[in-house]
Amino acid sequence: MANEKPKLKVAIYWGAACGGCCVSVLDVHEKLFDVVAAADLVFWPIALDFKYKDVEAMPDKHIDVTLYNGAVRNSENEHIAKLLRQKSKIMVAYGSCAHMGGIPGLANFTTKEDLFKRVYEETESTVNPDKVRPVPKYKVPEGELELPEFYNDVRALDQVVDVDYYLPGCPPQTERFVEVFMAIVTGAELPPPGSVVGANEKTLCDECERKQTENKLIKEFKRPWEIQDDGETCFLEQGVICMGPATRGGCGARCIEGNAPCRGCYGPPSTSPDPGAKMMSAIATMIDSNEEDEITTIVDQIADPAGTFYRFSLPGSIFRRKLFEKE
Amino acid sequence: MEFEPTIVSFLCNWCSYTGADLAGTSRMKYAHNVRVIRVMCSGRVEPTFVFKAFREGADGVLICGCHPGDCHYHEGNYKCLRRYHLIKKYLDQMGIEQDRLRLAWISASEGKQFAELADEMTETIKSLGPCKVKNVMETLT
Repeated sequence: MANEKPKLKVAIYWGAACGGCCVSVLDVHEKLFDVVAAADLVFWPIALDFKYKDVEAMPDKHIDVTLYNGAVRNSENEHIAKLLRQKSKIMVAYGSCAHMGGIPGLANFTTKEDLFKRVYEETESTVNPDKVRPVPKYKVPEGELELPEFYNDVRALDQVVDVDYYLPGCPPQTERFVEVFMAIVTGAELPPPGSVVGANEKTLCDECERKQTENKLIKEFKRPWEIQDDGETCFLEQGVICMGPATRGGCGARCIEGNAPCRGCYGPPSTSPDPGAKMMSAIATMIDSNEEDEITTIVDQIADPAGTFYRFSLPGSIFRRKLFEKE
Repeated sequence: MEFEPTIVSFLCNWCSYTGADLAGTSRMKYAHNVRVIRVMCSGRVEPTFVFKAFREGADGVLICGCHPGDCHYHEGNYKCLRRYHLIKKYLDQMGIEQDRLRLAWISASEGKQFAELADEMTETIKSLGPCKVKNVMETLT
């Protein structure tokens, strides 16, 4: 049929990722037929056998939409991010890692040297008497072998290339992905570039069904296993840290429904770009004490503020990484 | 050349800013390193303000509010006190010396105390040296 609308060309790539984002795309189940009816997948390493050289051979802006999931952790991630940016009309940071660094971004609490030392020398299962470590280039009789260079810093996608849209989540809710995808397919008006799509403007607390009172007061912070959760009361009111106040809604409160506090994978609302700062502000207000000694005792019960409040967003936060002496 | 730190200070409108003003009108001399930003209440100082100050090149951040019990809004300074301890813990985890952040109570009549505090904080930051946050962030981009 000559006058049929041309199919969208879609690419999906994983940088420093676990593969969960790609699976969340597969989770469209029978809706997959709608997706393939509307789109040709031109590049998707987890599922299809296309090579980098196939992408390199494409003309610029050949791909309509690229869903890039995963953080930028090594030179391969960076090279492909830049390549796909050049070849794509719309670049989507798909999932928490591409959005703000995600779980791999927690490596910014340490250095490449410390990571390599631990992994290649110290772990209980490592036997490496010669202390061999991967090197980017290695000569063998047959020629030179090459590995991507491992960077000291993990970066979010928009710290490497321009990003048009962010679709947050670890992984993004498949239903929300389908919504966004169908909006692109049907030619619905897209929000301005730089917008977060597939998530709400308001925080998770706004849509949380647990019972909450106006004045949350916390005398003691507890870990989730230390409370007898009644399944109804706001986690914060029970003393358990829940990232709800600093996290966008739109995930369908999956964790809350599973009786687990929010961990913040949907990222902060647009009014407060640094999720940890927002969370510290909110949490501190709830501490139920005006005495300095008692306040410090209560604050000390938060075992790991940086890791808890920036679990999915360290590279995308204001400080981006931990500082070390020699830097 | 001796290192001259930049210290960003947030002073509450009702007590501390007036205190700093008193130091000025009384012609007290104190370290010029402290740059004053007036806020309505120390409870208005969000953690973001502190992080951004460091990110943009501050070597130290000073927050001043009314003495406990004297807050114009009843409990803003207590909220600030709680945030302060949480922020300090976070700064430590990020490899930033805790002494770079300081919270102090300055009343409207404590111009002398403010001048002394400014001098003292400047000395502390001088001994710590420049804060590396800004430079490290620039090399990342």
